[in-house]
Amino acid sequence: MRADPRALRFGAAITSLILAATLVTGSVWLLAFQAVAFALGVVWRSPYTMLFKAFVRSAPKHTEDARPPRFAQGVGLVFAVAGLAGYLAGITPLALAATAAALLAAFLNAAFGFCLGCETYLLIRRLLPAATTEVSQ
Amino acid sequence: MTGFWVALATLALATTIGVIRLRRDGRVRDGDGDRLSAADLGSVLGERATLVQFSTAFCQPCRATRRVLADVSALVPGVAHVEIDAESRLDLVRRLGIMRTPTVLVLDPAGAVVKKAAGQPRKADVLVALAAAMPEER
Repeated sequence: MRADPRALRFGAAITSLILAATLVTGSVWLLAFQAVAFALGVVWRSPYTMLFKAFVRSAPKHTEDARPPRFAQGVGLVFAVAGLAGYLAGITPLALAATAAALLAAFLNAAFGFCLGCETYLLIRRLLPAATTEVSQ
Repeated sequence: MTGFWVALATLALATTIGVIRLRRDGRVRDGDGDRLSAADLGSVLGERATLVQFSTAFCQPCRATRRVLADVSALVPGVAHVEIDAESRLDLVRRLGIMRTPTVLVLDPAGAVVKKAAGQPRKADVLVALAAAMPEER
């Protein structure tokens, strides 16, 4: 599966806006919307990508592997769900910290093209040695 | 109101991290005295030097890095290019303290890690690093 990097950057920019708006307004609904968007991104149905494709018809100059950004959407989903739990349970520090972490990653992707979620993959694998059986070489 | 300040602080932090990363990404540093054998790599060492690349499936710049290293190893005789799937060699990843992919190691003919770069290195930087790893020509 290949991804259009322009659509991914666009999606990261919208995600940043929504997460920043969530922090400012404290709206659970905005964060719930973003959580759904993350979940759809994991199954390769990101609404932001669809929006981008509806308006931009030209083909990208190059495409990239779709697995890293999909994994990163999953990482985003984990933080969004944690943030939702925080807002709904009234645990404000959890709500703010989790939403801020997701905003940090989304903004780095939108502004600098760095995929923080993708890079956590190896760190998570380092921490979970026995998660899967390894095949050497 | 707290949320507003958290959002502002987060964006400032992200910008700082982004700028630092832009400047440091792929920069070649000196190795810290580790040594890799042909058995570690699962492939023979290059006659004059070896470029070792650690990659994962969830890594965007790994493909571009692979292209750079393949170019260099084709250009410079006696230089081998070995790509290692970090996930299937977590033993090496831990031993060498690798935190990100791609990480590129430049080995001398004996397998000593002479140079190390986290992130996608530029071709010119790889060539300079290779010169440091290769024994003097006589």
